[in-house]
Amino acid sequence: MSFLFYLLSAIMIISGLLLVFSKSPINSVIALIVCFIAMGGQYILLNAQFLAVVHIIVYTGAIMVLFLFVIMLLNLNKTTIPQKTSLTRVSAVIAGGLFFLVMIAASRQALEITPRYPFDGHTGLVSAIGKSLFHEFLLPFEISSVLFISAMIGAVMFGKKDPPGYSDPVYRNNNTGTA
Amino acid sequence: MNEITSAIQIIPLEHYILLSIIMFSIGVLGVLFRRNTIVILMCIELMFNSVNLLLTAFAAYHSDLTGQVFVFFIMIVAAAEVAVGLSILVMMKRNVDSVDINQLNRLKW
Repeated sequence: MSFLFYLLSAIMIISGLLLVFSKSPINSVIALIVCFIAMGGQYILLNAQFLAVVHIIVYTGAIMVLFLFVIMLLNLNKTTIPQKTSLTRVSAVIAGGLFFLVMIAASRQALEITPRYPFDGHTGLVSAIGKSLFHEFLLPFEISSVLFISAMIGAVMFGKKDPPGYSDPVYRNNNTGTA
Repeated sequence: MNEITSAIQIIPLEHYILLSIIMFSIGVLGVLFRRNTIVILMCIELMFNSVNLLLTAFAAYHSDLTGQVFVFFIMIVAAAEVAVGLSILVMMKRNVDSVDINQLNRLKW
């Protein structure tokens, strides 16, 4: 059973590197989808079944499709953006590696973590999460719907086309308050 | 069910920490490495998810539900963040006709 963890980890790391280093954004999106599906497998291995299902639905189902939509809508696949200069790229790799080393060193210095044995098999199941969500966390759960509404309205406001000449300062002075 | 729970007992928690650190570093590397704004947004998502995975691992190893509920809320916030971020990206494409992050270098000053 434990080889699954290492298999999924290898898939995640390889597809993560593909995400960073592939030329076209479409390939990046597909690599990220593969990475997220492998991560859903990790959630199942952790016995967090509710999170696995939500992760697959929200990330691979909604967010990545949104990314694909935007890429195809804006026709980003054809427009080639030049890469950064080689000096910047080398320093980016060095900075990323240094960050990795620092985090490893910090986790080595951390306190010993003792898992609680035996594990509770009902921890991540849907019924347990649902009970917790609708008893202890009812208020944050309801408030998150307000967050969603505001994010949706904000996205629509951003996506709206400005009236012609809006960025002109003269126009703005003459039409104050009509944003 | 019991087979799955026994899988947690075999794998030490340190391996989950190591995996999350690797994924987070890949995300940081992508943000520093690329100039395409949409790829940078995807790398930010990768960092989000590595942290989520680690939080879930801690919650599972402590048999604690609260961590998993917290991960659920993080997913909600991430979904809202992606919607706003992508609309900002569309607006950027419309205004400067490019998704090159270097076009926005006046934000530095």
